[in-house]
Amino acid sequence: MRRTRGVRLAAGLLALGLGLAGCGSKNNDSGSSGGTTTAGSAAAANLKIGLAYDIGGRGDQSFNDSAARGLDKAKSEFGFEVKELEAAAGETEAQKEDRLRQLVEGGYNPVIAVGFAYAESVGKVAGDTPDVQFAIIDDATDGVDVGKNIANLTFAENEGSYLVGAAAALKSKTGNVGFVGGVNTPLIQKFEVGFTMGVKAVKADATVQVKYLTQPPDYTGFNDPAKGETAAKGMFDAGADIVYAAAGGSGNGVFKAAKANTKLGIGVDSDQYNQPALADVKDVIITSMIKKVDVAVYDFISSVKNGKFVAGQKVYDLKAGGVDYATSGGKIDDIKAKLDDYKQKIISGEIKVPEKK
Amino acid sequence: MRSLTPRSVLLGLIAPVGALVFAAAVSAVILLATGHDPFDTVDAMATAAQRPRTLVNSLNTATSYYLSAVAVAIGFRMKLFNIGVDGQYRFAALLAAGLAGAAFMDSLPSFVRVALTILAAMLVGAAWAGLAALLKVTRGVSEVISTIMLNAIATYLVSYLNSPERLAVSTAGSNNIGTPKITEGGRVPGFEIEGSSSKVFGLVFLAVLVGFLYWFVLSRTRFGFELKATGLSESAAVASGVSVKKMVIVSMLLSGAVAGLVGMPELLGSSYSYSLNFPVGVGFIGIAVALLGRNHPIGMAIAALLWGFLFNTANSLDTAGVPREIVDIMQGVIVLSVVVAYELVRRYRVRAEQRAVGHALGRTKTAEEVTA
Repeated sequence: MRRTRGVRLAAGLLALGLGLAGCGSKNNDSGSSGGTTTAGSAAAANLKIGLAYDIGGRGDQSFNDSAARGLDKAKSEFGFEVKELEAAAGETEAQKEDRLRQLVEGGYNPVIAVGFAYAESVGKVAGDTPDVQFAIIDDATDGVDVGKNIANLTFAENEGSYLVGAAAALKSKTGNVGFVGGVNTPLIQKFEVGFTMGVKAVKADATVQVKYLTQPPDYTGFNDPAKGETAAKGMFDAGADIVYAAAGGSGNGVFKAAKANTKLGIGVDSDQYNQPALADVKDVIITSMIKKVDVAVYDFISSVKNGKFVAGQKVYDLKAGGVDYATSGGKIDDIKAKLDDYKQKIISGEIKVPEKK
Repeated sequence: MRSLTPRSVLLGLIAPVGALVFAAAVSAVILLATGHDPFDTVDAMATAAQRPRTLVNSLNTATSYYLSAVAVAIGFRMKLFNIGVDGQYRFAALLAAGLAGAAFMDSLPSFVRVALTILAAMLVGAAWAGLAALLKVTRGVSEVISTIMLNAIATYLVSYLNSPERLAVSTAGSNNIGTPKITEGGRVPGFEIEGSSSKVFGLVFLAVLVGFLYWFVLSRTRFGFELKATGLSESAAVASGVSVKKMVIVSMLLSGAVAGLVGMPELLGSSYSYSLNFPVGVGFIGIAVALLGRNHPIGMAIAALLWGFLFNTANSLDTAGVPREIVDIMQGVIVLSVVVAYELVRRYRVRAEQRAVGHALGRTKTAEEVTA
């Protein structure tokens, strides 16, 4: 019997540990921010905005936080009531759909879904509630989430990544650069494709080392600086001198490795040179590929506010200013003219950056 | 089987119920300490319990949890830890989805398509678990280690296969990636419920059937007896002519085959495709559910329903301004306290039985009598 007991206890602890390991750290205040705010005098209509985050939610230092910034800006300017809900690990479609329906049932309109994981549920719920206006970020699939009351806000990450790829090649002394992707998904592959093409456009014989930190459904690659550091160190050891971190929170590790090896790094999503959390390593960040999710969220809310909701896909590309490269820190001032030249060529259509390999 | 007296029923219930009350109390303290009103939580859960959609979703979630728990329990009854249910069901779901979504399946009758899909999933699950069994009987590798490693390997294999060059299709404008959608004839229709936008999975009955077979095989067949006997005492089983190696292989294969079913209700009843959105981690939840339900077919069903309900109230909690993480805390505390409570009740029971036997033999002396 003694063995039985030990075994049972061990199993309990194991189950618990494995369960907890899946949760990761989360910021708790996202759920409690649902209080009513009095409408500012500027608001023409008093909107109730519902927003559903992807896993990680507010406080993920990455994609979700960017959407939260756009929401906060709209909230403080217009004084709308907002409700933020967040996805959990291990969900099926049913829980995502339920989340959107609860927002609709609570009278929230418009409803914003952050991330392509919501594609099917937005399509379904929007079809059932034609009076509610929806926005989904990062997805526009015909027959799934395209409809009369859905705005599809997508980004040309490939174009922005092309520019930082060109910057990497122009700045590299060894002709060898690296790409660290968070998780190997089609979305992050878009960053890789653009980056590689940008590098080759400058230096056709340059080497691009590519490494993804994790494979789906293991999404820890977006939030594991230690993995990022190891991957980047490996690339520096193999001759790279600049590494592009398209890996969310794992990017911190990439920059740490760059600093330790006196090499350079490139940031992603926001202007990472100016991120307070990265103040220690900011001198190695030469530029960042900015993806303006906050702008998209804010624009969407103000379009609804002004009664100018537009259904269908809105592409935030270089032309629309939805993606760009950052110049903070002045480390790429010397090549800015060349980069802007590439930028113009992409905008005019002279250079076409593919989304897939 | 123990005889059912009011006393034994009470003793059986006191551990899980006590653990639930304890978990509720701990959660209330945590909520109070973080400045939330515990009654808001109760309120939000009560609201959720009255919403048909939440109940249907809870039942559907519980279906997968239950299958996963049975898969784990088959191993548990033999002291085998199949920690690899997670990898087994994901790998099985992907390959079954690839098969079910393949174009040649369209010409087959609906029943055959569904049966083939489910069979494929069971075979893949069994094969993946079988690797661990093989390593155990031939090289003595602990199944705990090998199944955990096989989980990681399954993740990489699934990721490799779930790409446009192999089993998946990529759709323009979508950042998701998955196997082609299973067409109408390959799906299992659900049941409409008044007032709910979700349907009850048709494969709920598969879970019931699996539960029944689990009970039947374990308590009504020679194989089940040998399995339990091996779990209770390997040496005694060997002495009475049971081949332990054979038992390890067969029970791991069965466990893996049931694990293969875990993804089927979702695949054939809702998602119709294995994509990046396919639920993960159900294999680990099964361990908790099996522990909570004490490997008993009915106990695990109740535990699965409870877990499914708690999971599906998270959105309502979030909406009511209660941090959704309280669900994780509750589940964690329930598992821990249930394990402790079962142990306390077991000790009490053993002591009570010893006393009863002593009285019956009329030879028992109290401590005072002994020292006197």
